[in-house]
Formats: sequence, C-alpha cells, structure tokens
Amino acid sequence: MSTDSTTTVDRTEAAGPKGRVPAPRRGRGRVPLSEGKRAERKLGWLLCAPAALVMLAVTAYPILYSVWLSLQRFDLKFPDQREFVGLSNYVTVLSNGYWWTAFGVTMLITVVTVAVELVLGMGLAIVMHRTIIGRGLVRTSALIPYGIVTVVAAFSWRYAWTPGTGYLATLFGEGAPLTERASALAIIMLAEIWKTTPFMALLLMAGLALVPEDLLKAASMDGASAWQRFTKVMLPVMKPAILVALLFRTLDAFRVFDNIFVLTAGANQTSSVSMLAYNNLIRGLNLGIGSTMSVLIFIAVAIIAFVFVKLFGTAAPGSTDEGGRR
Amino acid sequence: MAAMDTTAAAKWRWGLLDVVVVVFALVPVLWIASLSFKTTGTLTDGNFIPREWTLDNYRTIFSTDQFVRALVNSIGIALIATTIAVVLGTMAAYAVARLDFPGKKALVGVSLLIAMFPQVSLVSPLFEIERSLGLFDTWPGLILPYITFALPLAIYTLSAFFKQIPWDLEKAAKMDGATQGQAFRRVIAPLAAPGVFTTAILVFIFCWNDFLFAISLTSTERSRTVPVALSFFTGESQFEDPTGAICAAAVVITIPIILFVLFFQRRIVSGLTSGAVKG
Repeated sequence: MSTDSTTTVDRTEAAGPKGRVPAPRRGRGRVPLSEGKRAERKLGWLLCAPAALVMLAVTAYPILYSVWLSLQRFDLKFPDQREFVGLSNYVTVLSNGYWWTAFGVTMLITVVTVAVELVLGMGLAIVMHRTIIGRGLVRTSALIPYGIVTVVAAFSWRYAWTPGTGYLATLFGEGAPLTERASALAIIMLAEIWKTTPFMALLLMAGLALVPEDLLKAASMDGASAWQRFTKVMLPVMKPAILVALLFRTLDAFRVFDNIFVLTAGANQTSSVSMLAYNNLIRGLNLGIGSTMSVLIFIAVAIIAFVFVKLFGTAAPGSTDEGGRR
Repeated sequence: MAAMDTTAAAKWRWGLLDVVVVVFALVPVLWIASLSFKTTGTLTDGNFIPREWTLDNYRTIFSTDQFVRALVNSIGIALIATTIAVVLGTMAAYAVARLDFPGKKALVGVSLLIAMFPQVSLVSPLFEIERSLGLFDTWPGLILPYITFALPLAIYTLSAFFKQIPWDLEKAAKMDGATQGQAFRRVIAPLAAPGVFTTAILVFIFCWNDFLFAISLTSTERSRTVPVALSFFTGESQFEDPTGAICAAAVVITIPIILFVLFFQRRIVSGLTSGAVKG
C-alpha cells in the first residue's frame, strides 16, 4: 500500500531520537526486528498511549458501568432500595409509551434533517466551490452557524417564534408555534438544519474538490447537460465523501438535545431520547432507568453505524486512512 | 460549467445565491444581537432592528456573579481542555502519520468510534462515577469528557496535516549541521504550527459549545459554563424579564466564535475538510 511509499522516505528520522539507521524495509517477513524498527514501535506506542488511555477510560469503562447500573433498581431518592433486578428496567422502558414517542421523534428529526441537509449542503457546497464573487464572504458566513454555540442559536430561534417578541411569530397566523407539537417539531428541525448544514457542506466540498475539472469539461463537450454532469460525473466521484458526511451527520442528529432543551424543554411530546434520558437522570434522579436508556441509545447508534459501514464497504474512513491523503 | 461562469448572467446568478447564503446564515445571529441592544420597553415590539438602543443588558450581566463566574468557568475549562487535547493529539497524530507500529489501525478505529459515540449514553454512568470520585461539579469533571471527545477530532485533523509536511527538510537541515533539536525547532515546528493552531481552534469551538455534559455534570456556579448559565437565567433568577440578559450573554459568548471565523476562515475550512474526509 501507499503507506510504504510515504513512510520509507523518512524512516531515518522516524527512528531519529535513538540515532539508529533502520534495516532495509523489504523482506522483513520472518527476519527478527531490527533495533531501529523496535525503537520505532516503542516510540509509536509511547506517543499514542496517553490519548488511547484517556479515550478508553472516559468511554469504555463508563459504558460498561452503565450496563451494570441498568440491571439494578437504583433511584437516588431511595438509595436503600438499591438491588439487582435483571432486565426489568429494560422491560419498563421498552413497554413505556414515552420512550417510543421520544424514539419516534428522534428518528423523525434524524431522517428529515439529514435528508434536507444533504440537499441544501450539496447546494451550499457547490456555491462555495464555484462562486467567484465574494467567495471569502460566503465561506465566512457559512462557518458562523457551524461555530456558534447551539444554545445561543436555539435562543435566537425561540425568541424569533415567541408571539409578541419575534419577527417570525405571526408568519403563519395567530397562535404560539412553539406550543403546538407539529409546529414545534418543525422549528426544532429548522434550528438543527440551520446549525449543521454548513458542516455537511464543508464535508461535501472536500469531495467536490476531488472531481477532475477535465472530466466535467469532457462531459460538457460530449453534450451532457448540467444535471447529467452532476449525476453521472460528480456524484460517483463524490460517493465516499457523501457517505462519510451522511454517517457523521446521522449519528450527530440522533443525539439532538440542546435545541430541544431550549426551544420546548420536551413539552408537548417533543422530547428526543437524549432529552428523556437526561430528564430521568437529573430531574428524576433515577440512575437505573437513566442507564437503561443510555444503553439502549448506545445500541441504537451502534446499529445505525453498522448499517452505514455495511453500505460503505471498503470506503469506511478507518480503512482508507492508512493510505495517506490521496 | 467553468466556461459558463465567465458570462455576466452566471455571475449575477452566483452573486444572488451568495446573498441568499449570507442572509440565511446571519439572520439568527443579527436577531439575537438586535434583541440584546433593545430597551426593556421596546423588547417586545417584534421589530428586527431596535427602535431604541441601549447597553443596559450588558451592564446587567457583567454586574452579576452568575454570568461572570460562568464566563470564567467557560474560558478556563475550554482553554485547559484544548491545551491537553492538542498536546495528547499531537503526540498520537505524529505517531499515526510518521511511524509504523502495530495497533495503529486500532487507534484510528477507536477514535472514529468515539467521534460517533452517543454522548448521552455517558451521562448516567459519568454522573455516578464522578460523584463517587468527587469530580462532580468541578472543572476536571468537565475537562475529562471534553478531552475525550476532542481527541478524535485532534488526531484526525493533525495526522492529515502532518502527512503533508515535507519531512525531508528535517534531514536536509541535519546534513547542513543542525542538531536534532535545532532541526525540530527551526524547521519542523514552524511547518507544523499552522496545523496545530487550526486544530486548537476546532477543539476550542467544540468545548465552548458543549451543553449536554455541562448541564449534567455540574450543579452550581462553581463549574457551570455559560451555555448552562444561560438556560438558568429564566424562571427564578433575579432578572425580572431575562430575555435581554440572555441575549446579551449569548452575544458575549458568540464574539470569540465570530473572531475565529473572521480571522481564520481558510484554516478552519481546511482543518475540517482534511480531518473529516479522507481518501
């Protein structure tokens, strides 16, 4: 693979600190590791260890611990009633209407926002890629929704739709849009889409940069229309970038929390699963049920990721990473 | 397509699209800024541009402990988390980009998994673990999860940057008589600095933005960050109508973001795209 070609050039410095010249790279099959090779391995592990340890300590251990907590009756309001109850928390949650409502809301928000963002993001990516006048201005403005604190943006949307205060409140006649389920969900999705479309667009723009200009010109000479050039030339080249963007955004959308917290606080059945888990833990102080939801959300996300990786095939980000930039 | 871009009509069309994008991106920001400058009397007039301007809301928030403490917490926590994440990320990214060792793929895989990890799944166990370790409602209690979730971003972005550095220059410097240390300081560090700096900005934005961990793992002003403090301005706080104060506080924490975006737009774009999409 290209890993070899990129690293062989500079192997001398790779083992640099030890000051050894590594053995020739080819034919390393059974040959015992050279001194330099061993030093390189050791350095690699040393450099990665702190990052790996932190990441595992703060994610792997807690998620296992939450599996353990989810098998217990554990309510901080009644700590002496703590006991092992097997899977009964799962039965409680999975037979609960609120959980399935929240799950449905989360899925709806995920599917709708990601679909809309893909279309808008593609448009924005093309605008940012192609535009000549004010390119810097467009890119700068597009980055603001990406960078801004979600809570701040959510407050802006909330006040915009609040009757009496907001400039949008009377757009669809009288009434308070944030207090009705359908319109509140629509506003939550609008806020999500506004905030994350630029991120989607940036990922897609990176894919767009890979489309060879010559190929577009050739297609144009052969009489392909703009739409044909888009679907027959650009989309196939961009496919890996699109899949990566979709994966990241889908999993991110599934975690929706900040916007709902500020816009509706989950009222009128607008809670997402994250909102519900938060409420059970912090408001309800029920660690057992909260952990059960944590585990269920983790499983749901794992399933989504698995489906995407199946779709990716060899284009999964981890597998191409070794090959360097291009 | 490239040929058509040169015609006047196409220029206008692209220009119009640019305007749509800029307006769409900026309106919510301008709106909250506008609200923050409105007087109490005109706050609810629904006008997009304030009829009367005032700085009272800013005076109010800076005169209360609630906001100032939160601002100090936000800045301190984000800076410390960013520094640690960038240092650890630089070490790991150097190894990923330059060294050959078993377990490299595993590290990249783990970072990818953590980048996609549902953070809410950690809220319950971390709440309990941090309570028993005495980390609940402290700076380290927030810094730890921030480092964890910033590391994948840092490792991806930095290793992409490091792969582009012409490392032969280091060899050349050493041939010209520079020591290992000199070669690093004079040649490699200046080349790597932009990538490290860009990563630091992205990580800082991530930490600055977080709400879920901040609201779940804190309970008092001791470690509450601004996004959380904002959401508590409502209701029983000392402000009669918190809208103006919330908006002013919101504008204050948006300023660093705007500055980053204005000055480092190109770097942020290249950092995000190189880190997130590869191959």
